[in-house]
Amino acid sequence: MTVDLPSTNTDLWKPNRVLNRRIETSVKVLFGAFAFVSVATTIGIVFTLIFETFEFFLDDFFREKLAEQVGRPIEGLWGDIQTFLYSLRHFLTDTKWTPLFSSAQFGIFVLISATVMTSGIAVLVALPLGLLSAICLSEYATLRTRSILKPILEILAGVPTVVYGYFALLFVTPLLQNFIPVQGFNALSAGIVLGIMITPMVASLSEDAIFAVPRSLRDGAYALGATKRETIISVVLPAALSGIVSSLILAISRAIGETMIVTLAAGQNPRLGFNPTVPVMTMTAFIVQVSLGDTPAGSLAYKTIYAVGMTLFLITLVLNIFSFWFVRRFREKYE
Amino acid sequence: MVSQSSNNVANASSELALQTENLKVFYGSNLAVRDVTLDIQKNRVVAFIGPSGCGKSTVLRCFNRMNDLIPSARVEGKITFHGTDLHAPSVDPVQLRRRIGMVFQKPNPFPKSIYENIAFGARINGYTGDMDELVEQSLRKAAIWDEVKDKLQESGLALSGGQQQRLCIARAIAIAPEVILMDEPCSALDPISTLRVEELIHELKQQYTIVIVTHNMQQASRVSDCTAFYNAEATETGNKVGYLVEYDETTTIFHNPAEKETQDYVSGRFG
Repeated sequence: MTVDLPSTNTDLWKPNRVLNRRIETSVKVLFGAFAFVSVATTIGIVFTLIFETFEFFLDDFFREKLAEQVGRPIEGLWGDIQTFLYSLRHFLTDTKWTPLFSSAQFGIFVLISATVMTSGIAVLVALPLGLLSAICLSEYATLRTRSILKPILEILAGVPTVVYGYFALLFVTPLLQNFIPVQGFNALSAGIVLGIMITPMVASLSEDAIFAVPRSLRDGAYALGATKRETIISVVLPAALSGIVSSLILAISRAIGETMIVTLAAGQNPRLGFNPTVPVMTMTAFIVQVSLGDTPAGSLAYKTIYAVGMTLFLITLVLNIFSFWFVRRFREKYE
Repeated sequence: MVSQSSNNVANASSELALQTENLKVFYGSNLAVRDVTLDIQKNRVVAFIGPSGCGKSTVLRCFNRMNDLIPSARVEGKITFHGTDLHAPSVDPVQLRRRIGMVFQKPNPFPKSIYENIAFGARINGYTGDMDELVEQSLRKAAIWDEVKDKLQESGLALSGGQQQRLCIARAIAIAPEVILMDEPCSALDPISTLRVEELIHELKQQYTIVIVTHNMQQASRVSDCTAFYNAEATETGNKVGYLVEYDETTTIFHNPAEKETQDYVSGRFG
């Protein structure tokens, strides 16, 4: 018995090669253009940031102060370098942040300390909450429970931050005041709510990492007589470590850059130190303060925003590079 | 007929390690394997052979109650280990798995150092002896010591596939089990690594009872004393149900099987 094969008559086959090639080319150009827009935007932002930051460090304010100090005018390229070093030194070593005062001081660590404190508190809240819920969802919950709970957790990530801000100011702070003497604006309640805000992110991304640990690895531990807890702690979590750490770093970056909660709940008082019960001003809160006022473009205060923004950018960049390195160093490859 | 052939293997002189009686395994409401009755003697190598989906791995996973970890799995019938019912309420599967070790199809070393891969099982089982010595003994026993002795702190994942599998065997040996279950331990290995693992099985037979699932009939005839042949049949609903066809001395299964099905399978004339 013979079976009819598809016809081999070449006249029946007429692929449109020319048109195909044109479509391929135009699609490539179109997609390339879209990709270029995002790359160009990033480059543009970074470039503006760098440019305006230099403007800040080379501002006449610093030049004049330096001239006063050394008793001669500061000029030329060498003068620029001197001014830059002088202002950078003050930026890094001053202990006060008073850019809007007549005797202005620009000690960035005043703002950094507040940001580190609120983000640090946030991590202290989000790491246990996020990691434990991730373990619970991935290892203990049934697949059905997981399929219901995980989207709910992710909805929490969609709450507008202004809502979180007022939650901190009007609910968490009064609640804390029942137990510890905190002021109306304080880093503690802002940090706690910041932590609640980033918890879904830590939980969801860590859960992905934990869930992705291959079943064969768990079976290997169980087959050696490990209990569920031993399997999770000694085998599953170490195997998911790189994913957990990168989720945490992403969440920290988010906390550092978060603006609304800290502006609303942590206060507007630049203060060096790590006392969580008093009002402080984070880097983002300062940027809000200046941009809300009627600071004229080109003034020193205006340029300060860029210097602070640049600092913020550098901190998150370093964190992201660390995360990138860590993931590459510790990611386990399973076939 | 099945129970008859299983008796061919049992002779009064040697001790029984594992025994199953009318074993049935369900996944959800689907019957996966039915009516498995066989006796496994101590210090022998028993091979499970048969086509894919005949339930040989499923039966293997009953012996250390790994099927407990699959929520939908349900086991009926009786399995005894040295006379104790494995499903008796007094039996803790966690403790059982220390006495019945397992090596899996794909090498699955933990993402830890070679040393820690071995020490992990000992530690969770409360081993109080000299850990360094135990690690060395286990690795030696698994014939991998010479290859890894200078890099015990390196990751177990950095080893080749064959080395990883021998590491997994060392890991299983380290907790001093009585039985080692092997689920197609060579299916992911090249022929040379396979040969090394087979030599290892010969060595291990002196001390352990070994049950090995394999797709490779030459392997079964090379390493095992007894062989169980499983087959599968389709039910009316389209599910495949595995069953034990014949269980006997390996030479009998390969040269003079009682069943025609077995004859067809081992001679490669399987439909």
